[in-house]
Amino acid sequence: MAEAPEKSFRVLPRVTAANEHFWRGGAEGVLRFLRCGDCGTWVHPPSPICPSCHGKGLTPEAVSGLGTVATWTLNHQPWVPASDHPYAIAIVELDEQSGLRLMTNVVGCAAEAVHIGMRVRVVFEEHDDVWIPLFEPVEA
Amino acid sequence: MEALERRAALTGIGQSEVGRRLGRDPLELTLDACLAAIRDAGLTTRDIDGLATYPGAFGGNPGFTGAGVTDVHDALRLELDWYSGGIERPGQLGAVIDACAAVACGFATHVLCFRSVWEGTAQGKGGRKGIGLDGGGSGGGGRGFRASGAPMEYTLPFRAYSAANWIAMVAQRHFHEFGTTREQLAWIALNARRHAAGNPKAIYREPMTLDDYLGARLISTPFCLYDCDVPCDGATAMIVSRAEVARDLRRPPLRVEAVGSALRGRPSWDQFDDLTTMALRDAAAMLWERTDLQPADVDVAELYDGFSFIALAWLEALGFCGRGEGGPFIEGGARIDLDGEIPLNTNGGQLSGGRLHGYGFLHEACLQLWGEGGDRQVPGDPRVAVAAAGGGPLGGCLLLTRD
Repeated sequence: MAEAPEKSFRVLPRVTAANEHFWRGGAEGVLRFLRCGDCGTWVHPPSPICPSCHGKGLTPEAVSGLGTVATWTLNHQPWVPASDHPYAIAIVELDEQSGLRLMTNVVGCAAEAVHIGMRVRVVFEEHDDVWIPLFEPVEA
Repeated sequence: MEALERRAALTGIGQSEVGRRLGRDPLELTLDACLAAIRDAGLTTRDIDGLATYPGAFGGNPGFTGAGVTDVHDALRLELDWYSGGIERPGQLGAVIDACAAVACGFATHVLCFRSVWEGTAQGKGGRKGIGLDGGGSGGGGRGFRASGAPMEYTLPFRAYSAANWIAMVAQRHFHEFGTTREQLAWIALNARRHAAGNPKAIYREPMTLDDYLGARLISTPFCLYDCDVPCDGATAMIVSRAEVARDLRRPPLRVEAVGSALRGRPSWDQFDDLTTMALRDAAAMLWERTDLQPADVDVAELYDGFSFIALAWLEALGFCGRGEGGPFIEGGARIDLDGEIPLNTNGGQLSGGRLHGYGFLHEACLQLWGEGGDRQVPGDPRVAVAAAGGGPLGGCLLLTRD
């Protein structure tokens, strides 16, 4: 999958054994979440137990990377200097499970084009040792 | 079920000087408010045997807390049987709810509750701070800072540096599902501003029009500058007393009819089950589960407006209008005016009054029930008030009655 073109300053996550699958899956071009080996529930953010069955057999598994914008906002406020205001922050729900969602940015289109219900796919922006999962519109 | 919070009553309130940037010692402001509340109840420091605050001694953004339990305990040389400070609780007013439980259990007789902020002075003239960016944020801040743990790990890397971003997405979803508009949401801000005119301590008192609102710069759509509360310096305090001794104090006690502290969905800014509302949905539901009173019995509502949309969400959750009907309900502002169906944020809220972070609402609810609202007093001898605080995963509320 293509890397998003322009990189803005980002606060990066502290990578741990518990979250490495999420923040470094982009190195192999895949978005991973924990999934319960017993009941199949996807879990985010990572947890040592399954919230549905309390099983401990959670392992990282790649999702399709396809999802839908559940909500969004255009950030205009310069919390840090950047040349690309306004930019789109969104909550994307993944196709794999109702309620499996993450906060992210929608890139690869005009910020004003972002809307609820927009179909998107994951792209990764590499920063140091992490790959930030962002989303771009799925071409119609 | 007996709602044991009825064994608790509010018996005194106090507030320090409030200003945009006072440059004063935040502990001194805190003690000003605490001593004022103790005097207001007709008590002395020797009567205070409980102490509660939010968030207590906690890092947070610059100026987020002016004093913790230990600071006030020692400065006033209190002799305490019960005390509690901390941030993991049902919103800012969770400390007051805990105080109600403490007096109902007999752990304490008179609990001093306080909240102090000095965000105006601490954040200086550089504008409102994002989280984790300036050396003072959660986790240490600064370039090279790595976010860890929810929620920061899963918000900051996506350039969502502020609750303005997180709450804006809830508002956007509400707009999408229910057709709510900026012209409607504006009335939370416009109502706050007109009521602030009657509050000498309010930060912004000059009139504001719908055009002013719509012309303001955007922060995070759909929020503009006037949808965001104004950081300030100030402290607020109140006394929660055991009801049977409250009757003998200086003021008519305000009985705690019911509290709401529930959070039945996920405790998260972005993982809550319904993206059109927040934890406050559950806190509000619990409050009505604990009383025979109805929303129509409430004479005045003081509802958290850290961002305008949060007050709209509280109006819906508390049943002053139906779910999704908040926009049309507030449009034009008549229903939420001092003489309206449900007078809202009579002191200007945090949008115009200043970000006293939850405790200003409870202070104002008490003031209104005691008939001391001055130029902003709700007419008709109000006897039932609701005070609510918190947005996102924070939410707590109290229903007060004057006999």
